[in-house]
Amino acid sequence: MFDLERWQEILETISKNKLRTFLTGLSVASGIFILVILLGFGQGMQNGISAQFQRDASSRISVYTGVTSKGYKGLNPGRFIEMTNEDYNYLIKKYEDDLEFKSSVYRIWSGTLNFGNESGSYRVEGVYPDYQFLENEDMVAGRYINYDDQEKKSKVMVIGNKVKQDLFNNQDPIGQQVQINGINFKVVGVYTDPGGEREETRVFVPLSTSQRVFGGADKVGNLGFTLKPKETFQKTLEQSVRFSSEIESFLKERHLIAPDDTSAIGINNTLEGTKRFYDLIGMIKTFFWVVGICTIIAGVVGVSNIMLIIVKERTKEIGIRKALGAQPLSIITMILHESIFVTAIAGFTGLILSMALLEVVGPNLDMDFIKNPSVNFNVALTTVFILILAGALAGFVPAWRAARIKPITALREE
Amino acid sequence: MITIKDLHKSYTMGTNSLHVLKGINFSVQEGELVSIMGSSGSGKSTLLNILGMLDEADEGSYTLDGVPIKNLNEKIAAQYRNKFLGFIFQSFNLINYKSALDNVGMPLYYQGMKRKERTEKAMAYLEKVGLANWAHHMPNELSGGQKQRVAIARALASDPKVLLADEPTGALDTKTSYEVMDLIQGINDEGKTILIVTHEDDIAHMTKRIVNLKDGLIIDDTAVDQVRALSHV
Repeated sequence: MFDLERWQEILETISKNKLRTFLTGLSVASGIFILVILLGFGQGMQNGISAQFQRDASSRISVYTGVTSKGYKGLNPGRFIEMTNEDYNYLIKKYEDDLEFKSSVYRIWSGTLNFGNESGSYRVEGVYPDYQFLENEDMVAGRYINYDDQEKKSKVMVIGNKVKQDLFNNQDPIGQQVQINGINFKVVGVYTDPGGEREETRVFVPLSTSQRVFGGADKVGNLGFTLKPKETFQKTLEQSVRFSSEIESFLKERHLIAPDDTSAIGINNTLEGTKRFYDLIGMIKTFFWVVGICTIIAGVVGVSNIMLIIVKERTKEIGIRKALGAQPLSIITMILHESIFVTAIAGFTGLILSMALLEVVGPNLDMDFIKNPSVNFNVALTTVFILILAGALAGFVPAWRAARIKPITALREE
Repeated sequence: MITIKDLHKSYTMGTNSLHVLKGINFSVQEGELVSIMGSSGSGKSTLLNILGMLDEADEGSYTLDGVPIKNLNEKIAAQYRNKFLGFIFQSFNLINYKSALDNVGMPLYYQGMKRKERTEKAMAYLEKVGLANWAHHMPNELSGGQKQRVAIARALASDPKVLLADEPTGALDTKTSYEVMDLIQGINDEGKTILIVTHEDDIAHMTKRIVNLKDGLIIDDTAVDQVRALSHV
């Protein structure tokens, strides 16, 4: 390997056969290049889709109500069902040990916010402190609603980042008084949501405050829960499905709804969606891997082909070298050394170029379903080594055969 | 220097077996310049290839400089070729992407000689064949005669016991042929043993001994008065 004389011989051969070297290198470099870009974008798609799914907690169960579609126990269809604090309190007591986060929601669909000369219409929701986690929100400034606010029915509010930009420009909103439908609330926090701007145009106030100030009495429009995760995803999913159906039958019984009425109570179990999401991610990953492996196979076949042709082309030269006293082993090492050297240089060139492209283009790419394409460096490196090894193996067979050819046969080759 | 006894060789072509050499007995002393003649198919090239360890005999014995050449594996054959023999081919067989100098240096590379020493020695042999000024030219920039001179320099480079030339003038015109023969005669005058396969009478008469082959047997083996190539140039 570190035989200087042989290196000189190889480098000389390579530099005197530029086209051949270039073509071998090109097929290896482009193979690696394509693979890395593919895997990068596979990762990018996965990142993009994950971000879309991170809007809410991934195991959230939402309960909402609607209008009955069937008559039951003497009641007419067309009744609007409304849940109350009592329903919520009963449920959180009954499932106390299973629940992780819980909140009921009272919605004022459009609240007009006024601050100085600025105003805007936003969705205002009365919630419990846990709601932050159900919505997967992070605080940018200040704090979220807490239990003290809830107890005291304080007039405080938490606003989305977008609301802050709309109403406050560059001012610090914390501590400012903002009017909701003419009533003063103090801003205590600003949040951000991975779901993006659409999720950040909302305003949260304590549930108790909202029920009192906006005339909700004890009505709630929406319930949100997450369950404590079990050891396996499968068990968590089973538990969550069972929980959903228990809530449904409890609410139907309590509000006198026909058991087969599908429109009065709606339950949205994100976990089932999450399962589909993970399946989808799995599919995408598998797809890119299959394509990637096919690319590698194509690359290996390409390298093997070129090695076969090179050896064929050099058969006569090999004959001459043998006539001059070259031993079979020196012929094999000459060919392998050259092929490994060329594939290694080309492989790393392809690797570096593609990684550089991903580095430059990746962060600037702003599309809904592709986010920050990147590739695992070890995976890419392994691929390069596989190609080099394959090139060496592919070169070994013809090299070995060439080294065994009788010099007289090789010399007759024209 | 060379002794062969009862040498047989046959080739199988499809279902037919072609008996090319049918029992050759023949020896060459050190310092001889021998030509092997015969029409095509007489087995002269096959004999040379066996002498050159490029091919193997089926039967018979072959001794080169006291070493029996038998059942060689490729590794030892390569060593022996490098140590004992220098080849000159009709089609020159230079490596086309290497300069004249590097071509001459090839046998030395396979002897494991360092580059600097190799280059010096190769240069000396190029000077000997009168091509010192062409050392860094590629084979395709040289004329036929020049290529053959490079090939001769290469054959001499490893200082072999015997030079084997297969139709060395076959691809050259008469004038160039005689120049090459003059060079070969000069090398023989210095004591090198040389075997030449040829079918040209005038070339054969520039050697010291003519061996005539016909249908795989030696029919005639006579010493001749050497014609100096220089007198024709």
